Amino acid sequence: MSYEIHAAGILDFGSIYAFIDSLLPEGLDWLAFTVGGFVLSFIVINALVMSTAVYTWFERRTLGRFQNRLGPNRWGPFGVLQPIADLVKLITKEDTTPDDADRWVMTLAPVVLLVPTLLVVAVVPFGQDSFLGRLNIGILFVLGVTSVNTIAIFMAGWGSANKYAMLGAMRGVAMLVSYEVPMALGVVGVVLLSGSLALFDIVEAQPIPFLLVQPLGFLIFVAAASAEMSRTPFDQIEAESELGSGYNTEYSGIKFALLFLAEFMAPLINSMIIVVLFLGGTRGFSPVPGQIWFILKTFAVVFALLWVRATWPRLRVDQIMGFAWKGLFALSLVNIFAIAIEVVIFQDETGAITAGQMWIMAAINWAITIAAVVVTARTLGQRKLERRRASPSPLANMYAEAD
Amino acid sequence: MTIKTEPVTINLGPQHPSTHGVFRLRVTFDGEVVLDVEPVFGYLHRGSEKLAESRTYVQIVTLTDRMDYIASMSNNLAYVRAVEKLAGIDVPERAQYIRVISAELQRIASHMMATGFLLNDLGAFATPLMYCFRERERILDLFEMLCGARITLSYMRPGGLLQDAPPDFWPALDRVVKDLPASIDELEQLITGNEIVLTRTRNVGTLTAEQAIDNSVSGPMLRAAGVQWDLRKADPYEVYDRLEFDVPIGADGDNFDRYVVRIQEMRESVRIIEQCVRQMPEGGPVRSPAPFFIRAPEGDAYSAVEGPKGELGFYIVSDGGIAPYRCKVRAPSFINLTPLREMLVGGKMGDLITTFGSVDIVLGEVDR
Amino acid sequence: MTRAHSGEDAARRIDEAIPGAAVEYSQTEVWILPQYIQQTARLLKEDGALDFSFLNAVSAVDYVEYFEMVYHLLSLRRNASLVVKSRIYGRDDLSIHSVYDVWKGADLQEREIWDLMGIHFEGHPNMKRIMLWEGFPGHPLRKDFLG
Repeated sequence: MSYEIHAAGILDFGSIYAFIDSLLPEGLDWLAFTVGGFVLSFIVINALVMSTAVYTWFERRTLGRFQNRLGPNRWGPFGVLQPIADLVKLITKEDTTPDDADRWVMTLAPVVLLVPTLLVVAVVPFGQDSFLGRLNIGILFVLGVTSVNTIAIFMAGWGSANKYAMLGAMRGVAMLVSYEVPMALGVVGVVLLSGSLALFDIVEAQPIPFLLVQPLGFLIFVAAASAEMSRTPFDQIEAESELGSGYNTEYSGIKFALLFLAEFMAPLINSMIIVVLFLGGTRGFSPVPGQIWFILKTFAVVFALLWVRATWPRLRVDQIMGFAWKGLFALSLVNIFAIAIEVVIFQDETGAITAGQMWIMAAINWAITIAAVVVTARTLGQRKLERRRASPSPLANMYAEAD
Repeated sequence: MTIKTEPVTINLGPQHPSTHGVFRLRVTFDGEVVLDVEPVFGYLHRGSEKLAESRTYVQIVTLTDRMDYIASMSNNLAYVRAVEKLAGIDVPERAQYIRVISAELQRIASHMMATGFLLNDLGAFATPLMYCFRERERILDLFEMLCGARITLSYMRPGGLLQDAPPDFWPALDRVVKDLPASIDELEQLITGNEIVLTRTRNVGTLTAEQAIDNSVSGPMLRAAGVQWDLRKADPYEVYDRLEFDVPIGADGDNFDRYVVRIQEMRESVRIIEQCVRQMPEGGPVRSPAPFFIRAPEGDAYSAVEGPKGELGFYIVSDGGIAPYRCKVRAPSFINLTPLREMLVGGKMGDLITTFGSVDIVLGEVDR
Repeated sequence: MTRAHSGEDAARRIDEAIPGAAVEYSQTEVWILPQYIQQTARLLKEDGALDFSFLNAVSAVDYVEYFEMVYHLLSLRRNASLVVKSRIYGRDDLSIHSVYDVWKGADLQEREIWDLMGIHFEGHPNMKRIMLWEGFPGHPLRKDFLG
């Protein structure tokens, strides 16, 4: 029983390429690769869309349990067909566009939001040999592509000529740009430790999950990621109780469906990235194949994010910025320094770090994390502020009797 | 370089998730900062005061249900007390105790709603709200035992109550009262120490004691500003002078204080109900023999009770007929909105929503 | 127990400061002439012995021959209450001075009275209709309004 990547044979994409190649005559490897690529992209994208549908059901059911109610339970066993009913409803609804709207911008926005979200999947390793693109700068690709969301949200807000949408979009731009910084810096620790920008190398480099080795980086990345996908406590873009619905206020029908697809896909994709970077990706214990481990871990992360969403209120927009620049930025610098120094101390001539050394690093980093988080909470937090003791105002005396 | 900007005016409502009904705020923003606020009322105006002039004194009870529909019991109580004062009707002791019990239960239910919706306005995605609703639901079940209705109760009559509580009401009440402190604790664990709640609500929407008094603010809002004023103590009605309870106050008059005052008031209400159940006389009438067509002598009377939202008063003028000549409601939700501009201008948009939520209004009462 | 301030005492004090303002009094109420309402309000709030800092409610009643303004006042410090009334005769173009600059709490209530009773408040900063829309014919709470 070892914590390793387990190949599942038939599930690995490599074997699919090999299978197609075996059907074709000699010398047509390029064709096998092209056909296989198309087939796999098709499968992966559709699987992702389907799992998003499942995820919406999962989210609503889970939130229902958190909130002491049932959640959707009518259509299909445990209401599992609810997403299909929702989809039919959304597609059959009238697709309205406000008179003042910038039609092109408004129509393009859902596509611009959805495509980069899907593109991220290209570099995610689902198994030992299961990824669409073997990109050696995978992390940069992920960070770069997810930033495009900002433009899409601004397009949606600007294009729909609605003041609520505009406010939401402005908040979104300010917030997403701010959170790019801690997000990128949070990843630097992982890159330093694994010595590679490629996602599959990062998985290889995790004999123990990086969550244990650098918890601070994990916390920073999760906070920044939930801001990136605008989930509570950072859901300023929609801010339902303030902005009605934020940037998607004017959307309806299929355009709204696409926006929501992208929005619900974001937690899934972000959870996948978190799993790859910090939870050992496809690593697991035999005989369960790596793909299954990957899915299990992803849903665990999704569940944790949901838990936060169900429990916490939302921060105000300026407080969110303050948290990014005063809190997360400083913490990520601490994390980078700590990891960098440890890597210099522990690595051998080839740059490799053994699992035993990682355990030592973990011990040090946990201490650093607890200290750093406590210090940040003390400096930024509210609980330390002493409140005046309530004393009855002299302006009133409800016990007064006749004078 | 200076960027040329211009303020933007937004209509918040009448259809908006956080206006607690059909309320409209015309807000001028400079970016996220509120420059000016103008409340626009009247979307739910049904002319209750005019309607009351053509109804008999007993029929008006049903109109009061529909004013503050979150706290019908308190409305009933305020109204019937004004009629009793005007017509000089006595109320049997047992009825007084049941009135106090039901008014305090209603206070808990109303404060639960206020707390839940405040958290919803903070963006807590309905979880605290659902927990609050669970408790409110149990109280509504109790009301259903009392009078068969859950929202529009019409339980009180001039001179007493519609009917005595059924025998199985008392054990049910015991169970609810026993569970309530634990539920409030649970709610507080979720909310009171939460760093985000503190950041969002402390020193936001502050109202000083002077401002509060000047603006005729009442109820938890007034007490949160540090003014210890509660009609249940200042002018005890029914049997409140025989009950022991504290009047919680806040220090700074901000949103957090309003929340804390409401939570503490719920605890005091539990105390009051427990005492009432202990002190209450066994059996006896719950309605003094008053005629169905009450003819109040000519004159006027103003009577107020401490409703969940503040001082709820009825000013009734009679010309000796079977219907009041004039029935004016001093609606706390309405008057508590007076200092809205003072609280909101200069704040952020997010603060606007929370502050507005912390006032705890019900549009049925604002517009009447 | 909130004690009703004696109308007689209030009338005497008002008359001392503003001769001719108080016209009548009863146990708990005092009637004053409408033109003195603002001065009287200021006196009632600022006189230390009266100290009516809290304006409970402002109401208007249509008695057909005249309209009666009713101010329910409360002294939080002394726990005492007083009712100040003022009769406005006539049915058209009625007006009385606003007490907004004494008690801000009169703001919305006076607007409501203007809307539903048709009594105009001079000196109110925002004298607009509140429940009904601008241009609504008539004032519904008047006895001669037939909806």
